[in-house]
Amino acid sequence: MVGASLAGLSAARCLRKQGYDGRLVLIGDEPHRPYDRPPLSKEFLAGTIGEADLVLETDGEDLRAEWLLGARATGLDPARRAVRLADGREVRADGVVIATGAAARSLPGSEGLAGVHTLRTLDDARALRDELARGGRLVVIGGGFIGAEVASTACALGRDVTVIEAAPTPLAGPLGETMGAVVSGLHADHGVRLLCGVGVKGLSGERQVEAVLLEDGRTVPAEIVVVGVGARPCVEWLEGSGVQLDNGVKCGADGRTSLAGVVAVGDCANWYDPRAGTHRRVEHWTGARERPDAAVATLLAGGALEPGVPRPPYFWSDQYGVKIQFAGHAAGADSVTVEEGVVDDRNVLAVYRRAGVPVAVLGMNQPRLFMRWRKKLAASL
Amino acid sequence: MIPACRLADLPRGEAFRLDIDPPVSVFHTDDGEVFAIDDTCTHQDASLADGWLEGREVECPLHASKFALETGAVDAPPARLPVRTHEVVIEDGMVYVRLSTDAPNLPPCIAARLAGGIA
Ligand SMILES: Cc1cc2nc3c(=O)[nH]c(=O)nc-3n(C[C@H](O)[C@H](O)[C@H](O)COP(=O)(O)OP(=O)(O)OC[C@H]3O[C@@H](n4cnc5c(N)ncnc54)[C@H](O)[C@@H]3O)c2cc1C
Ligand code: FES
Repeated sequence: MVGASLAGLSAARCLRKQGYDGRLVLIGDEPHRPYDRPPLSKEFLAGTIGEADLVLETDGEDLRAEWLLGARATGLDPARRAVRLADGREVRADGVVIATGAAARSLPGSEGLAGVHTLRTLDDARALRDELARGGRLVVIGGGFIGAEVASTACALGRDVTVIEAAPTPLAGPLGETMGAVVSGLHADHGVRLLCGVGVKGLSGERQVEAVLLEDGRTVPAEIVVVGVGARPCVEWLEGSGVQLDNGVKCGADGRTSLAGVVAVGDCANWYDPRAGTHRRVEHWTGARERPDAAVATLLAGGALEPGVPRPPYFWSDQYGVKIQFAGHAAGADSVTVEEGVVDDRNVLAVYRRAGVPVAVLGMNQPRLFMRWRKKLAASL
Repeated sequence: MIPACRLADLPRGEAFRLDIDPPVSVFHTDDGEVFAIDDTCTHQDASLADGWLEGREVECPLHASKFALETGAVDAPPARLPVRTHEVVIEDGMVYVRLSTDAPNLPPCIAARLAGGIA
């Protein structure tokens, strides 16, 4: 396993569960045992849970694995199926699971400026949490899920918050225009300023950030800036290995890559989605947890299995006390209808359809109904 | 023993939530078995009766932790503590639950509420 986070750990568990009894090595460049990332922008950032609560392994769990932590993979030799590490070591294997996830994109030119943060790792979250506790005005660049969650958490901590989004509507990609506007309406509900349709030109400040400069000439003062402009798959280390790359590792519908004995899972993997008829890199927790089942089965069977159809992708987000849940694909839908609840009360269930057929469902504070629709979606497609 | 519902009123694949404190859920699996566990996920405040029942497992509706209905064991994270199980007795078509005397593994948010005595 290269990458020792949710997808790598899940793959290791699946290997043992599916009867693999041999040597198991997990290689991860972070010094930490696998931990849970979703709370990093929510409860952990708010200070209501601590580091011990983030641990993904259960008490007493023993996978009989060797953990090479703080070890970065720098290459894969396809002929010998050997993973090269930054410190010169090499790990040879019969099978390789690529699970190197994604890394936060940063803002060019913001390096070395105090007060500027991205949020992907535990170390990032510690730094941001400590800084938020000290006070100051926060500007979040990017109105996506992580940016919105940081804004929500900081708002609850009493910070003055502005969110800047380059697109006309935040979350239009994952949720579509209509519901993207509804969900991002939560910011205004809670007194957080949302500036849309305007790009960021740069940051001002000598050593400490002082303001965010917008392309329309406006200046937004800030002591803390969080750059939430998405993540890029960590696959540079695979350049030249023969593993086909295309927006991450290009995979079949069961995680198989262009190399025999090598599969990829989690945020770094661009799986073929038979429901959508195209490749999609899914960056959600449940994908990283579930898909290793299929990938490991394929790996152990030497690729001789017919890939099944995975469940429609599902993710959640918690913002301003509202539980947001989404399953399926909004892209390609030609209609969205509110089936239950009231948009203004932020407790809706909305169904996305294409030619009358449900393709996605969104819930805001509707866990019971949402689950019914999520199951229907899985059964119908 | 607490009467929950009539077996005939609980179709296979469905769950029934008993509104006691803390709540308990009765699951009727597709194979016709009946299990009772604490309804509240051990991770955060979610009702497992609203979850995804598959085989002898229920998946939490929020963050997809999986619990084994028979033992309460965690089959998938992010939950780390097992959910408490209760004995089920079926008599004359009625489903009864004999509550466990073990301490429940309630999530921190609910445990704090119970400890504070605020209903
Ligand atoms: C702040 C935050 C909040 C989130 N909230 C939600 C949410 O509410 N709901 C949801 O569905 N999803 C959420 N997610 C997404 C979810 O956490 C990810 O989908 C999940 O972590 C993906 O797991 P992964 O194992 O594929 O990748 P990662 O968790 O990114 O792990 C990859 C690991 O590989 C390591 N690595 C990278 N390159 C190398 C290398 N060359 N050699 C060795 N190791 C390497 C990385 O350091 C990392 O430890 C959130 C993510 C973040 C960051
Ligand atoms: S509340 Fe059940 S998994 Fe989080």
